[in-house]
Amino acid sequence: MAKDVLDIKAESAVMDTDKMWIIMGPQHPFSHGLWTLKIQVDGEIVKDAEPIVGYLHRGWEKEAEARSYPKIIPMADRLCYAASMTYTHLFCMTVEKALDIDVPEKAKYIRIVADEICRIQSHLMWLAAVGTDLGNFTVFLWCMREREFFMDLNVRLCGARMTTNYPRIGGVRNDTTELFDRDVMRCVERFEKVLMDDIVTLIDDSSVFVSRMKGVGYLTREQTVNLGITGPAMRGAGVDFDIRRDDPYDNYDKIDFDVPVMTQGDSYSRYQVRIEEMLQSCKIIRQAVQKVKALGKNAPYRLKVPSNVPAGRSTVRLEDPRGESLMYLISDGTDKPYRLKVRSPIFTNVSAAKPLVQGCRIADVPVVMAMIDMCLGETDR
Amino acid sequence: MVYSSILDWIHFPDVMSNMYYPFDVYNLPYDISYKLWELLGGTIAWLINLLLPGNPVSTWLICDEVVNMFALIIFMIVIFLVVFIATLISLWEERKVLGRLMDRRGTMIGMKGFLQCVADGLKTFMKENTMPKKVDKMTYMWTLSLVIGTSVLIACMIPLSQRWFVVDYSTGLLIIMALFALAPFFILVSGWGQNNKYSLIGGMRAAELMISYEVPILIMIATTALMAGSFNIGDIVNAQFNSTWYFIPQIVGFITFFFCATAESERTPFDIAEAEAELVEGWQTEYAGMKWGLIMLGDYFRGYVACAMITIMYLGGWLLPWDPLQINTYLPELTFLIKTWFVFFMMIILRGAIARVRPDQILNIGWKVFMPLSVVNLAIVLMLKIGGVY
Repeated sequence: MAKDVLDIKAESAVMDTDKMWIIMGPQHPFSHGLWTLKIQVDGEIVKDAEPIVGYLHRGWEKEAEARSYPKIIPMADRLCYAASMTYTHLFCMTVEKALDIDVPEKAKYIRIVADEICRIQSHLMWLAAVGTDLGNFTVFLWCMREREFFMDLNVRLCGARMTTNYPRIGGVRNDTTELFDRDVMRCVERFEKVLMDDIVTLIDDSSVFVSRMKGVGYLTREQTVNLGITGPAMRGAGVDFDIRRDDPYDNYDKIDFDVPVMTQGDSYSRYQVRIEEMLQSCKIIRQAVQKVKALGKNAPYRLKVPSNVPAGRSTVRLEDPRGESLMYLISDGTDKPYRLKVRSPIFTNVSAAKPLVQGCRIADVPVVMAMIDMCLGETDR
Repeated sequence: MVYSSILDWIHFPDVMSNMYYPFDVYNLPYDISYKLWELLGGTIAWLINLLLPGNPVSTWLICDEVVNMFALIIFMIVIFLVVFIATLISLWEERKVLGRLMDRRGTMIGMKGFLQCVADGLKTFMKENTMPKKVDKMTYMWTLSLVIGTSVLIACMIPLSQRWFVVDYSTGLLIIMALFALAPFFILVSGWGQNNKYSLIGGMRAAELMISYEVPILIMIATTALMAGSFNIGDIVNAQFNSTWYFIPQIVGFITFFFCATAESERTPFDIAEAEAELVEGWQTEYAGMKWGLIMLGDYFRGYVACAMITIMYLGGWLLPWDPLQINTYLPELTFLIKTWFVFFMMIILRGAIARVRPDQILNIGWKVFMPLSVVNLAIVLMLKIGGVY
């Protein structure tokens, strides 16, 4: 009898079961955007993974070389549709550095407000996507509802909802509209309450939500650094680094805020980092709006800048909602860039797909990959 | 007998005195269909008799056998239509309540959004009937028919009251449960036959879900049967009429059964077989158009059955709490359906509030939580039974 059992065991040990490659994407409900994740599964367990990006490549960098600097601004909006002003801001800062000019104080604070509004929008869209990846549509719609209020703030600021075309080289396009500060305060006030009371309570009080995120998609501190992962995904693994604080641009050094860092390194800690970041963004917006108000109505918000940029190289990095984004500009003295390189955080972060999903179950793949917060516009450029 | 006027033709004998009456007790849907045929068949017979007086067809049309046959056909339609409309109402309820939970309006087309399901049905029926090239064509079709067929069958087999039933089995609850558990087998085969990796994984998941949740469900059905002393649905409801509704002594079982039934009907927190986040549509991936629409309808039929089972086993079936003396006078069918919709309402809230559970978590919960709880429930009932309380 015992011999039989042993035989079966030995047989199952040598039995060669095929592993199956599943191709998730480019048109798959979990891939928010056009990208593919090939995963190799053994039953329900994921053994291997390979991300494929590039479906949305449209030659952004090459196209930028054929346009004059101001005309790149609306193009930069299209890099990341979830947080469009961030990339426009980055582009303007790069050109300003090449021109070696200092933009007015008011413009700096307005840009901070715009950036943080975009950060909240982007994080809300991410949270909505996490909701659908976890199979709950309520979170999705509540987050989208909250996002609408910030979209309205965009409209109040510059008249557009998503692709705003707002920052300018040397400042911003227009001054804040009347009662903008009041609207921002109201919106932020409401948002903090709704986020904590409704959405976070719905997620954190439910053991199902928490158990789906806790303990999956581990990434150690060393892995994070070696893979070059930045942003909330990095801070969720215990790396305490935020460009806004450690290498401040604009006037972030004059604003008081905390950088949330979690040390567990799983999906749940990345989630917590992003939630905390949204609250910190609210704090930043409040301070920046006060500063804008204190500067008065007649303070300058835009400089006149020459259209030709002197030859040279300039690099600026900025804390994107998703990580560290960087632009590298080589100018040749004309009104068009010689080369404009964009470093997208997601393009680097997505390379973590393999260590992230290895050992997970198929059902974990969407929620683990959602913690990277894919945005294909900037990844494929 | 002389047939002179139309009134003579449409004047049938009492339904119970038809010598082929197929039931032992009074059956309302049969009565309705009998009366309908009385009107319809009597008129036809009268018309034929007007044209050809004294012909044999007219008298044949209103003789007992033929009347019984036509009444049974109409009976089937009546039973199906009522269940169908009840299911459509639960579908509408889900869309509206879920919409409100999510801070939106839900469907808005006609009759507060009820007609949206008609529009959706028409849309799916007008789609092209496609069949993927590499599927196993036989399996692809017959599994689908059986999944939908069993769902509709059990939905129609649920009695709405003591006078509204199809068959009055002494093992009614068991048979309904057995048919309810059949569909996952077909889902497994279908997932295999579709030649699609997502479908295969979905089918496997359906099978594992079914295997682990069947056990606690059967234990709880046995518990209820033990308490009532019968598997017959009418007897179970009558036993609750004589004591209390069973969710009071079996509160553990009620909650456990609610979750198990949600899992068995593959509704959203437990719909791992069609988890759209990772498996596109799970085992339904290759079904498009009308087939997909029918699968959705079948799902809602199964949801209706799960709710009806809970209503029968724990919420007193068609009993009203405040009208204990006149059991059948005040629309017991409507009472039953309202209770069913209430249970469905709870399932909708569950769907809106929690995320999809991972397959291994589902199996863990099934074996480590629901299974012991169902045994605890059985022990409680045994103690109550031995103590003579019930």
